[in-house]
Amino acid sequence: MTQPLLRVEKANTYIEQFHILQNINFEVQKGELTLLLGRNGAGKTTTLRTIMGLNPATSGHVFIKGEDITSTPTYKIAKKGIGYVPEDQGIFYELTVGENMRVAMMHEDDATKERLEWSLELFPDLKKFWKKPGGQLSGGQKQMLSIARAFVNETDLLLIDEPSKGLAPVVVEKVIEAVEKIKDHTTVVLVEQNFYMANRLGDRFYILDDGLSVHDGYMKELNENEELKRKYLGIG
Amino acid sequence: MMKRLQTSTWVYLLIAFVLMLLPFVKDDRWFLFLMIQIFVFAIFAMSYDLLLGYTGIVSFGHAMFFGIGAYSVAVTMSRLDSTFSSFLLGVVVAVIISGIVAFLAGVLTLKLKSHYYAMLTLALAGMFLYIAERWRSVTGGNDGFTFRIPELPGVLQDHRNVVIYLFTLLSMVLLFFGMKRLTESPLGRVLVGIRENDQRVESLGFRIMPYKVLISVVSGVIAALAGVLYAVSLRFVNTQVFDIEVTLDALLMTIIGGVGTLVGPILGSAIMNLSHHFLSDLASVHWIFQRWVILFGIIFILVVIFFPNGIVGTIQKKMHERKMKQRVKQVEKQSAKN
Repeated sequence: MTQPLLRVEKANTYIEQFHILQNINFEVQKGELTLLLGRNGAGKTTTLRTIMGLNPATSGHVFIKGEDITSTPTYKIAKKGIGYVPEDQGIFYELTVGENMRVAMMHEDDATKERLEWSLELFPDLKKFWKKPGGQLSGGQKQMLSIARAFVNETDLLLIDEPSKGLAPVVVEKVIEAVEKIKDHTTVVLVEQNFYMANRLGDRFYILDDGLSVHDGYMKELNENEELKRKYLGIG
Repeated sequence: MMKRLQTSTWVYLLIAFVLMLLPFVKDDRWFLFLMIQIFVFAIFAMSYDLLLGYTGIVSFGHAMFFGIGAYSVAVTMSRLDSTFSSFLLGVVVAVIISGIVAFLAGVLTLKLKSHYYAMLTLALAGMFLYIAERWRSVTGGNDGFTFRIPELPGVLQDHRNVVIYLFTLLSMVLLFFGMKRLTESPLGRVLVGIRENDQRVESLGFRIMPYKVLISVVSGVIAALAGVLYAVSLRFVNTQVFDIEVTLDALLMTIIGGVGTLVGPILGSAIMNLSHHFLSDLASVHWIFQRWVILFGIIFILVVIFFPNGIVGTIQKKMHERKMKQRVKQVEKQSAKN
């Protein structure tokens, strides 16, 4: 088996006195879209934040391409080609769409410009509202901007936290189409509650429950396991 | 090059030009003094806006930099001689001391939450005030001291205030455009990002600490330059320059004019200084005007109610909303045609 792109090994993360992640283990192979599933409060968002160093693991390890990044500052993790689309989208409300994109661009080289062009083709609304402040965008547009912004640099791994949250079904469909295209270019870890979206996009899955990684496998397996879906995802 | 300048820049330049002509139309000593005060505090309030409005850093001791600037130039010129080289040396001393203090305050606290910076600057300002009060041999203590400024060749004694007026105006204009350039640069956008969501900026690959320290230093140095101009315009300095009231004035000017606008603090400075002057002048009409702060408080409440984003901020917001509505209408028209 080849070295995984991302490996989380026995990670324990505390937020204040609360023990959120409890010995979490998981791996992400290059080119795959890995889903983190589970009910609210299972620790999915904290897992992404732990990978990004925003809530660093107090014990255990996070490896990117074999390199231990457990105690690496967030900005250095981002520079290693890890893009992060947070749950609240993290749009800078007073900056325009264009400025939001420019702030994110680490380089002004041709490759970055190409990715910018590609992102604007993927999300034409961003081009249309280029000079509009981020705060005035609709929920769907903010999500598109957040994804495009995380992807504008050379990204080896994209962490996306609940992109369908609060969006109308028609917008969710657009986001699904966009992530489908993005996964052809990079490895993705997706936290998602919307099983329809998860099922369409995922290659592998990990189910988290109360901060523990309780099950993992390929999506086909999950689809066939009604008991698992009912028990941990409330579907069925 | 000419065409690339924004409309707003032309408006600012036009206003600056009109202000430049003012002393030749109204050569009144008190009027010039009032205008100089407006310019000086506009620079000071703009430096505060860089911290608060663009980076979200609250300082309770910004007066410390103002005081450092005022004392640096005053002590240098009184100890050496009243020449231009002494003045320039005073400016250099002001820049170095304020830069070092701002750097240390930033490095020590900006890694922590914003209120630590506020508390440390408050403590440092208190310390500088204490030193200024106790070190009487240098600072003159509470009473302060007067000093001479360089003679201007070919300028009559009566016209010296005009020269100071023009010099202060020019300084304000240059510093305004410098700060405007800074805030509109990629660095300025990162600062706005830090103000809005610093974790998000870090997730985009930026180490935020150097940005915060840099803006602390820039803001501190500009505040010190305002202090230099203040001392030179009065030819006098005392410990009041370190008073917390000076910081509160900058805060009020920024809030009244509009946080994060740069033009707002200039307007805020004009409103506060003019209110102070004219409301106090009305004391002969009714005793209540002696307490100008009471009436200013009412003005402040009205501004906050009717201009929640400050005067300039609210106007900018309304203009932007209008522009967006027009754009939506255009898009709708275009869609109807198609």
